[in-house]
Amino acid sequence: MGLLDQRFESSNVVVTTMDKLLNWARLSSLWQMQFGLACCAIEMMAASASHFDMMRFGVIPRATPRQCDVMIVSGTVTLKMASRIKRLYDQMSEPRYVISMGSCANCGGPYWEHGYHVLKGVDRVIPVDVYVPGCPPRPEALIEGLIKLQEKIRNESLAQKKAV
Amino acid sequence: MSEPTLETVTTSTGRRLRTEEMVVNMGPQHPSTHGVLRLEVVLDGEIVVDVIPHLGYLHRCFEKHCEHMTNYQQVVPYVDRMDYVAAMTNEHAYVVAAEKLLKIEVPERVHYIRIIMAELQRIASHLIAIGTFGIDMGAFTPFLYYFRDRERILDLFEMTCGARLLYNYMWIGGLSHDLPPQFTEKAKEFCTDFKRTMKEVNDLLNYNEIFIKRTANVGVLPKDLAVNYACSGPMLRGSGVDWDLRRDDPYTLYDRFEWNVITGNGEMGSVGDVWDRNMVRQREMAESVRIIEQALASLPEGDVQKAVPKRIRPVPGDAYGRVEGPRGELGFYIVAEDSVTPYRLKARAPAFVNLSVINEISKGAMLADLVAIVGSIDIVLGEVDR
Repeated sequence: MGLLDQRFESSNVVVTTMDKLLNWARLSSLWQMQFGLACCAIEMMAASASHFDMMRFGVIPRATPRQCDVMIVSGTVTLKMASRIKRLYDQMSEPRYVISMGSCANCGGPYWEHGYHVLKGVDRVIPVDVYVPGCPPRPEALIEGLIKLQEKIRNESLAQKKAV
Repeated sequence: MSEPTLETVTTSTGRRLRTEEMVVNMGPQHPSTHGVLRLEVVLDGEIVVDVIPHLGYLHRCFEKHCEHMTNYQQVVPYVDRMDYVAAMTNEHAYVVAAEKLLKIEVPERVHYIRIIMAELQRIASHLIAIGTFGIDMGAFTPFLYYFRDRERILDLFEMTCGARLLYNYMWIGGLSHDLPPQFTEKAKEFCTDFKRTMKEVNDLLNYNEIFIKRTANVGVLPKDLAVNYACSGPMLRGSGVDWDLRRDDPYTLYDRFEWNVITGNGEMGSVGDVWDRNMVRQREMAESVRIIEQALASLPEGDVQKAVPKRIRPVPGDAYGRVEGPRGELGFYIVAEDSVTPYRLKARAPAFVNLSVINEISKGAMLADLVAIVGSIDIVLGEVDR
């Protein structure tokens, strides 16, 4: 809430830029798609459960892609699942962001060599904003990735296209 | 009250309504299919006529990988990733099979530590099963309570082997690390505190009137059907079959401890309903705590890496090792030829076998009850698809 702190003491007018306002709104309520793929999904659940509590960053899991801002691809993407992920991504409304969680979603992970049914990185089907390494990444690492995404959104501008 | 069927639906004036069956697709992205399961549901109104599970959305070529490794020990990380909710149990099953193949006798301390880890993992897995099942039924709070305690188990694992979820802890013939000095004390502390949580969640969830209404008499799995479909674990015991590999085929030193096999008894409805299966998991955790406490009290001394072989090259042959995992009988069948890798490794995944019964038990149920039934089977798609 740093944007609005102590701005209302003498007058009730806030002067800011449209960019800052929109970015602030977007980064503070990143609704996440409730969508688990594999092992990393368990760590994602742990990250949103009591111990790590990702909701304090405004990340609320939603079951439908229409209401979501960020998709956390948590786990191995198989060839059969890849087309579904692409479709789910297309169903999300813009602006939309993707966090690739774990080695499998980043590059195929332990399955990169002999995994005949594993997509070698989810960035082959959808654009990825933040990669979180680890197999599986700890919940702290996922939260770090989320903060990195928030930083990225903070520096976005309406004048420029979203750099993918 | 008789359920309306295709023939009996009429309007207020008595005219027969034309109805037809509808196919609803549930998954692979669905909040209560526990991963990427896809169910093709044929519905008559709101009543389930047929359920066809579609698998393969998480097929990660497990068995092929095992044949491509450079040695037997390298299989263990892939085994971890098969049933990622209970990685310790998977390792346990694999090393039991491999040790049978290689005819290795491991020290007693290794057996004890493996039992402690397997039982802690069973608790952690059941915590997820019951917690997410509660979410499916609309109860979010027990999930948070249980994840708080699950974090403490993960802390115990982490201080032992450095990993939270996928451990690579059990080696063929031994363990990667001995227990750290504070482990016994912390584990005992956990056991004491956990009994209190179990009571809390019993009050919050399992004996909650709404929860009982949603789960009692739903998805009843009769005894003979459970046996015919080769169900195992809480699925089988929930139907009242007294079968537990830890007692009936003691693969490590389980026969030294005092504990009970929990079976469903139809307390809230009929034997083998969703409530029973859930309650078997709940009560099994208390038994696991008993085993852990006994094992910690009588933990023998020894070197945990004494029996680890320098080079693994078994004589040609085959071996089947099985353990009682949180989901049921988890087995690995290894065929060895004159090589440093398995010629073939077949996994008998309990979740896959348990899932096959879903069509039988959900016919005639309401669509909302199908969610309860899927939740009560406690599937892990990593294990179903492998």
